[in-house]
Amino acid sequence: MGNNAWDKTTRNPEYPDPQPNTRRRFLDYLLGSSAVATLGAIVYPILRFMSPPQVIESAENSVVAAKLTEIPINSGKIFKFGNKPGILVRTATGEFKAFSAVCTHLECIVQYRADTKQIWCACHNGQYNLGGKNIGGPPPRPLEEYQVNTRGDDVVVTRS
Amino acid sequence: MRIEALRAWLDERLSISTLAAMAQKKEVPVHRHSIWYYFGGMTLFLFAVQVVTGILLLLYYRPSSETAFESVQFIITEVKFGWLIRSIHSWSANLMILTLFVHMFSVFFLRAYYRPREMTWLSGAFLLFVAICFGFSGYLLPWNKLAFFATKVGTEIAGVIPIVGRPALRFLRGGDDVTGATLTRFFGFHVAVLPATATALITIHVLLVQLHGMSVPPGVADKNVKKMKFVPNFLLRDLIGWILAIGVLAALAALFPWELGEKADAFAPAPAGIKPEWYFLFMFQTLKLIPAKILGFDGEVLGIMAFNVVAVLLFIVPFVDRDPENLRRRLIFNVIGVFALLYIVVMTVYGYVT
Amino acid sequence: MDRQQKQSNPDVLVVAAAKEDVRHVIGAKRSLRIALRVAIVLMLFTLAPAQKKSSCIECHSKLEDTRLSAPAKLFDNDIHHARGLSCNDCHGGDPNADTKEGAKDPRKGYLGKPKTLDIPAYCGKCHSDANLMKRFNPSLRVDQEREYYSSVHGKLLKSGEPRVATCISCHSVHGIRAISDPLSSVYPPNVAETCAKCHASADYMRGFPIPNDQFAKYKTSVHAKMLYEKQDLSAPTCNDCHGNHGATPPGLVSVANICGQCHARQAELFQTSPHKAAFDQRQFGECIKCHSNHAIAKPGDQLIGTFQGALCVNCHTTGDKGFVAAGRMRSRIDELIASIDKSTEILNRAERDGMEVSRPKFEMKEATDALTHARVLIHSSSPDEIDKIVAPGLAASAKGYQAGLGALAERSFRRKGLAVSLVFILFLAALVYLKVRQIERRQNESANSA
Repeated sequence: MGNNAWDKTTRNPEYPDPQPNTRRRFLDYLLGSSAVATLGAIVYPILRFMSPPQVIESAENSVVAAKLTEIPINSGKIFKFGNKPGILVRTATGEFKAFSAVCTHLECIVQYRADTKQIWCACHNGQYNLGGKNIGGPPPRPLEEYQVNTRGDDVVVTRS
Repeated sequence: MRIEALRAWLDERLSISTLAAMAQKKEVPVHRHSIWYYFGGMTLFLFAVQVVTGILLLLYYRPSSETAFESVQFIITEVKFGWLIRSIHSWSANLMILTLFVHMFSVFFLRAYYRPREMTWLSGAFLLFVAICFGFSGYLLPWNKLAFFATKVGTEIAGVIPIVGRPALRFLRGGDDVTGATLTRFFGFHVAVLPATATALITIHVLLVQLHGMSVPPGVADKNVKKMKFVPNFLLRDLIGWILAIGVLAALAALFPWELGEKADAFAPAPAGIKPEWYFLFMFQTLKLIPAKILGFDGEVLGIMAFNVVAVLLFIVPFVDRDPENLRRRLIFNVIGVFALLYIVVMTVYGYVT
Repeated sequence: MDRQQKQSNPDVLVVAAAKEDVRHVIGAKRSLRIALRVAIVLMLFTLAPAQKKSSCIECHSKLEDTRLSAPAKLFDNDIHHARGLSCNDCHGGDPNADTKEGAKDPRKGYLGKPKTLDIPAYCGKCHSDANLMKRFNPSLRVDQEREYYSSVHGKLLKSGEPRVATCISCHSVHGIRAISDPLSSVYPPNVAETCAKCHASADYMRGFPIPNDQFAKYKTSVHAKMLYEKQDLSAPTCNDCHGNHGATPPGLVSVANICGQCHARQAELFQTSPHKAAFDQRQFGECIKCHSNHAIAKPGDQLIGTFQGALCVNCHTTGDKGFVAAGRMRSRIDELIASIDKSTEILNRAERDGMEVSRPKFEMKEATDALTHARVLIHSSSPDEIDKIVAPGLAASAKGYQAGLGALAERSFRRKGLAVSLVFILFLAALVYLKVRQIERRQNESANSA
């Protein structure tokens, strides 16, 4: 009998071992290695879980809508904000404005028109001014406005 | 040699060898009802799984109404094996409550609450309620539509109790309605208050079991009962059960992943066919069947009071059925127990099929 | 109040009686003074309320002939009444006079009921007077009468035809409500029914060379559905296309301008397309040639193409430029639809199997938006323009498909992982069980041999 805890636990010194040593050892060896393997199969996912993924957070209240350099003056861009589209507009005076891009009439996606300098919905000719207010056509309510900040090269849009 | 030296060093400071000797002496009776002895340990194992997976989820979960849903979505889509940890946590919660019920009913029918084990039963009854509170508070945390309405209905029911109902509702909800404040509060209960309470109660419960040893049911002759060593025999058997439980959890997580649903919207109407989790279903179904008025009193209030009375009765079981020799009382209690069990099962099934 | 009326007025009689009784019963000068004061107070309460007196309404509302009493009763709800106007403000006469002759005295300006041909001028007395109207509502237009005479109704009326709509046909008379009042006959959802009162009646329209099925057809249209079912007040009804006071069907070469008020993009595209010149030349009526005028149904892809049932083959024949273009446009759109369907199907399958695919599903919007855009571009009749939109749409749809494949692959990876782990787990459980048996066998054997 070995002088280790396993043998002391699984074998009682009062009762001698009638089985050949090799068979017992084989079973113990198999048991040990498969226990280690299973433990590994449990610990491995846990360790992978704990290491931060590529996308580090789920922040859906604020997104980097674009890079400063990719939005020219008097243009607009559609970006993803949570589950809904948003529109980022750089006005003719260089100011940034951001709104929900979902038209309040029948939920088409609006766009910025550089010629009229307004936000326009192609579906039924709805018009919004640069404050998001519905000023023409069928839309019954203004577009929800978001806050825009620049952080270095990033244009960050936040909703409250 | 080094291991021996380490063991001696620890033993001098922590008396490990005394503990080891105690463990070696512990024995488990072997008879035709021995199978039920495993369920307490299984419940404890599943609780441990909950603690581990719960702590892991805490690394990414965000408890605010704006971010909770998205953080769970993040866990199950972006985090490596996040889907696995989350699904195991949700499935293990249900399995734990199931084994808890089995454990409780087996202890009841096998009369493991006779003296000197009354306090073990009491701590166990408290643990039952702690577990149900765990389930109720945890269910809200993903902040999806189903959970939002289940919480609304559940707290509404609590509010119906006379006198204490309204303050209780406001305490649970953190206000008059279910809002982000409710979520924050439930999160606090779920990760701090309830774990602390559960740890204390489990410690008391398990220590008492060690103190009193395993009880032998009255139906089995005390003197001729064979005994099995706890270490290693019973423990290894326990281990088989736990290993298989891990397998079951892994299978459930991979084959029946826990749904996320849609983010809660306080202003949208309740989705059709709303139902609480299965362990509440028998109570929910009972309330649905109670007539609106009974003898002039509000039916729903009577139903809820009835459940509260049953809960109190549960606590005082070992103080009413005290005498193993009182066969008539034992029979009555067996009948009550069978009725309760059948009622729960039938009402749960009924709740599911309607 | 003249003597005759005083004697027949019950309130005055009561007061007179009270005065008599008091004098008899008490007889003291002081009591008489008190009684007189009481009497005066009572009389004040019997007078008509603070509003101006109108004997017209007082008498007419009591008449038995409903034709004569209706105007008085309806007038309570009238917007003119709410503005403090009364019968004499339109009909002239004296509202303070208590006899029929006195009230309806032509010398007091009584005009009576206007002849049908004179109705526009009657209403125009006020409504065309800017100085007057601004006292009540400065933002109201004052050119309705002038517009009316430019309409088909107005022109026919001028030529002496009395069976056409005048102001009161649409706005009703005596119970005229504001346009924003849902009970008004010209509240947007009620307009079509108001027009249909005449236009849908074959009997009434006998002699006029236009059909009577416009209302019936309109009710089947997508515009009616939006207006009546979805309560979208911006959806067009009769007056939005035909005008209200200047009601005239739009000219065949200006239809696109009318529809283009809302469908601006489609109109814009149509007007720069080869169809504009071709349709105008043949007097086809632009938009309505394909979409009809009243029974405008939600358009489907089956309208375009070279197969039987498509509109294009009504004019175009095999081999001509239009035929080829129609075929190309239809096939590109079909391609995009097929791609979107395939991607949506695989994403739904992944979702049903429990995979989280909300982000790829959201990104499929790009593809469905491209499809909508392509369908609008049909009005340009240019397959090249459609190609420019369909190509990125196909790319977005393909991305969604890849995401769906990825989700299904992940699902099957999980199942394989599960299978492998279960093998390990079951193997381990079996080994532990064997170990237990081994231990117990040893313990039993030793116990037996001891």
